[in-house]
Amino acid sequence: MVEWSDSERSAITSLWGKINVAEIGPQALVRLLVVYPWGQRYFGSFGDLSTCAAIMGNAKVAKHGQTVMGGLENAVKNMDNIKNTYSKLSVMHSEKLHVDPDNFRNLADCISICVAAKFGPQVFTPQVQEAWQKFLAVVVSALMRQYH
Amino acid sequence: MVKWTDKERSTVRTVWESIDIDELGPEVLRRVLIVYPWTERYFGAFGDIFTTTAILQNPKVAAHGIVVLRALDQAVKNMDNIKDTYAALSRLHFEKLEVDPDNFRLLADCITISVACKLRAEMNPQVQATWQKFLQAVVDAMCAQYY
Repeated sequence: MVEWSDSERSAITSLWGKINVAEIGPQALVRLLVVYPWGQRYFGSFGDLSTCAAIMGNAKVAKHGQTVMGGLENAVKNMDNIKNTYSKLSVMHSEKLHVDPDNFRNLADCISICVAAKFGPQVFTPQVQEAWQKFLAVVVSALMRQYH
Repeated sequence: MVKWTDKERSTVRTVWESIDIDELGPEVLRRVLIVYPWTERYFGAFGDIFTTTAILQNPKVAAHGIVVLRALDQAVKNMDNIKDTYAALSRLHFEKLEVDPDNFRLLADCITISVACKLRAEMNPQVQATWQKFLQAVVDAMCAQYY
């Protein structure tokens, strides 16, 4: 089981408290689709993703970004049991959505960049970055766990 | 050889020009040591780098961060020949410094995070994509002399 220090717990919950899911979620998904364009294959029903401008203006991307980011709330609330918290979501991404799990790390990286760009170095300090990236790594690991 | 559009070239130059190496260099290396603590093994001569406070205050960490970031200037100036530009540095890191090349990617990630913190909204998705493409070319060049 992952062990969290008190300072890691408080860094993660404090940062989460500052994050506006409706703002950061869409931005993170846009970045995933722009920076790692092969990710677009998973969103065939989303309409026009052919240019960066199209992706940035796409309402389905924005809505889904918010959904995905909102899903992190469960991890923040269950930091001592992230593995079980995400087990159904992991099964779904493997068996139904057929998502290459490398993409989880790419999305986690995009989320971190959005957070860094939003809050700057005084909030996203090296210590906060360490805790946040550890947290996202645990979430990514939980999402990969039910793949076979 | 990596292909660059005119827009990508000018984006990399613009990002680079907005970076103060003396400010960002120390921050980048501090982030690497704090977020990926196993990298401390490469800096045995730096004294105390074993707590967050020590890392943040260590003058050798700050100085070396500037050295590392300054080396990116070579890549910005030689975007069509990054591989040859870094051949000697790659050999140095392999043969003499014995650095695990996975760490180049971690350093690149911390550079991107520090740049995002600095540029804020200007680090938009296209700028991020171009900057990461550039750093990937640098990482590839740093790995190229390893065998």
